[in-house]
Amino acid sequence: MSSKVKEIPLVWLAASACTGCSISLLNSASPTIKNILVDQIIPGVHINLRFHQTIMAGAGEQVIKVLEDTAVEKKGNYVLAVDGAIPTGANAFYCVMGERHGKPVTLETRFEELARNALTILAVGTCAAFGGIAAAAPNPSGAQPVKTVLEAKGINKPLINIPGCPPHPDWFVGTVASILLTGLPKAEDLDDFLRPKTFYGKLIHENCPRRACFDEGKFAKKPGDEGCLYELGCKGAITYADCPLRRWNSGANWVIGAGAPCQGCTQPEFPDQMAPCYEKLKDVDLPVIGAYWLPGKEGK
Amino acid sequence: MSRIIIDPVTRIEGHLKIETVVEGGVVKEARSSGNMFRGFEIFLKGRDPRDAQIIAQRICGVCPQSHGVAATLSLDSAFGISGKIPDNARIIRNLIQGAHVAQDHVLHFYHLAALDYVDVASVAVYQGKDSELNSVKDFIMRGELGPFVPRYEGDYRLPTEVNQLATAHYLEALEIRRTGHEMVSIFSGKIPHSVGIVPGGITCTPTIDMITAFLWKLKKLQNFINNTYLPDVIAIAKAYPDYCEIGAGCKNYLSYGGYDLEGAEPDLTKRKRLYTQGVTFADLKPGKLDISKVMESVRHSWYQDYPAAKHPSQGETVPSYGKDGAYSWVKSPRYDSKVYEVGPLARVAVNYASGDPVIRNLVDSALAELKAPTSALFSVMGRHLARAICAKYIADNVEKWLLEIKPGEPTFVQYQIPEEGTGAGLTEAARGALGHWIEIKGKKIANYQCVVPTTWNASPRDENGNPGPIEQALTGVKVKDKDNPFELLRIVRSFDPCLACAIH
Repeated sequence: MSSKVKEIPLVWLAASACTGCSISLLNSASPTIKNILVDQIIPGVHINLRFHQTIMAGAGEQVIKVLEDTAVEKKGNYVLAVDGAIPTGANAFYCVMGERHGKPVTLETRFEELARNALTILAVGTCAAFGGIAAAAPNPSGAQPVKTVLEAKGINKPLINIPGCPPHPDWFVGTVASILLTGLPKAEDLDDFLRPKTFYGKLIHENCPRRACFDEGKFAKKPGDEGCLYELGCKGAITYADCPLRRWNSGANWVIGAGAPCQGCTQPEFPDQMAPCYEKLKDVDLPVIGAYWLPGKEGK
Repeated sequence: MSRIIIDPVTRIEGHLKIETVVEGGVVKEARSSGNMFRGFEIFLKGRDPRDAQIIAQRICGVCPQSHGVAATLSLDSAFGISGKIPDNARIIRNLIQGAHVAQDHVLHFYHLAALDYVDVASVAVYQGKDSELNSVKDFIMRGELGPFVPRYEGDYRLPTEVNQLATAHYLEALEIRRTGHEMVSIFSGKIPHSVGIVPGGITCTPTIDMITAFLWKLKKLQNFINNTYLPDVIAIAKAYPDYCEIGAGCKNYLSYGGYDLEGAEPDLTKRKRLYTQGVTFADLKPGKLDISKVMESVRHSWYQDYPAAKHPSQGETVPSYGKDGAYSWVKSPRYDSKVYEVGPLARVAVNYASGDPVIRNLVDSALAELKAPTSALFSVMGRHLARAICAKYIADNVEKWLLEIKPGEPTFVQYQIPEEGTGAGLTEAARGALGHWIEIKGKKIANYQCVVPTTWNASPRDENGNPGPIEQALTGVKVKDKDNPFELLRIVRSFDPCLACAIH
């Protein structure tokens, strides 16, 4: 009976990452991380996590062998998840892992070797998807998003971006479950930035519980005030994610729920064009979603 | 003479390589190399100072909250408001940081360290009715054992039923640490990378329902720490008594102190804090800390050299990969030119030395149960024990502080960003003494330097050739089987290294 369970190999590569994306995945509430790693995530399918630096039992050469063997033995069948941007400066020596013939191997090389034979690639977090914090100006390590490196290496593989700093665990789990149940996403399932529309289809602003305050021109002037956080630097008006509906940490709260402005962390513009974090957005055309008041015009 | 290279060191945060020279089965020399650099100290320059706490949290997704606190304290001081933070904000900052740190200690022991001692494969012969363990048994029977295999083999000493129980605790701990994050989120919006702590105070408006929800999650966490985590550490220390004797290293301990107990004293180094600021040694005699004697060397790190070690307020970061004699992206912080270990063991040792009755009681009763001398603290198991004690100590204090919140009273104080200013934010992160130093010019960040716990612990040699704490802890250790060098990894992991933090 157990032999009927289909094993989906997953390799998780940490590049110039902070491990926040992995820690966020540990927070998955339903399924739990234990369900994801041990159980059949959907009946008849088990995710076989073969490599993840932060949780795997082994170390050193024995795990490098797993990494290298997977690329050959599971060619075309494994999912490659990457968190962190890929540094390309200083001949990519800003991030190395393991050795070959006594020389360090760059993460760029590890990524390239694994990407060539992968079934699909998941860029987890804003660093992997868009460069994010790792590529913040002046980008000292020459950090690049997964897509740019794939293009530079001429690797044509299906890529799904799951940004967020970090991403909500549901965004990763939901994307993987969707691949297992219905196959790789079709072009129309992803937005222009290769994000699944299921999770990134609407602006924070569209579903924000403080939206009515925005429409009425009631703005918070300092933390703790009631009202829309737009003037305190909220980037929810230009940020696509379902945080207001999904909420964070098993639904305990979310950013605007804690009285803080959205940082815009699921966007390619994060962090540089979202900065300063606590200054009002400049010169943006806000989408008109039933609004009768717009910035630049006189409020009520 | 032979070499043992472990690259990557796993079940830690980030990219670490350990290289040792072994002669006659004994480590003669060890090198610790941090292998990933992003350059936070470079890209923080020129930004709005307030953004420091948002950006600096991203140094590390395992310990973001402590970076948020350190950045915020440095901004409070640069903005001239560090003696004016309302009590509600001071307390809630402590709750956010405390809840985060307590879950982090649980995560370290069960999910990062335990697989060095616990044989999950024992669950293959489990005969009981626990559905969680039976699902693990099914998993083993299916035969694809990643991420639990491969692993080092040959030194798992717990009896089968204890291995099974410990595996059940590994799974339970996954839920418990998630609960800890839920607590952080209640007051701080989300985690990793929370938003609730800002210069001037906090962003949320605390209400009774938030306090109640936090309290009952805390009780779950405390129950686990008291009745599972602490007993498990003792049980593993009893099964691996030789690890109460190895891995000490430099035996100099330093703590910045953390968790403010008063708000009116503007000088962090004079403020009354739960964890005392100070240094101590194997004799556990208390010593004062003079923060001006913290210096960083880059002689063996991949940065452009400067003539002598620098205080972080004057620090600089100019990457220079391939520099002669360098072997790590980690710099080498030293105190008064000497090598110091930081972390839970240092916190516990400094508070013990200062006479803290609660810490003394926790330490003495645990050592009595182990029938071990005080010197057993300075070891691999001593670090695990100190970490569990810190988890209990902070969780119990968080419970006390929670009821000091006064809903309806102020949570934030207004400020102006100064044209020029400097500030230092010192705290105790889960992994030890954490400092952020900021210099503001023209209302922008002119310089920003972080000296992080693992910067101390995983540091390479300094300009005097003195190896860092992990390097010293490995030196002199007997390796029984060079193909399965359990000793090396158990020592390294007892420090709970975090490399994204260390290098930043």
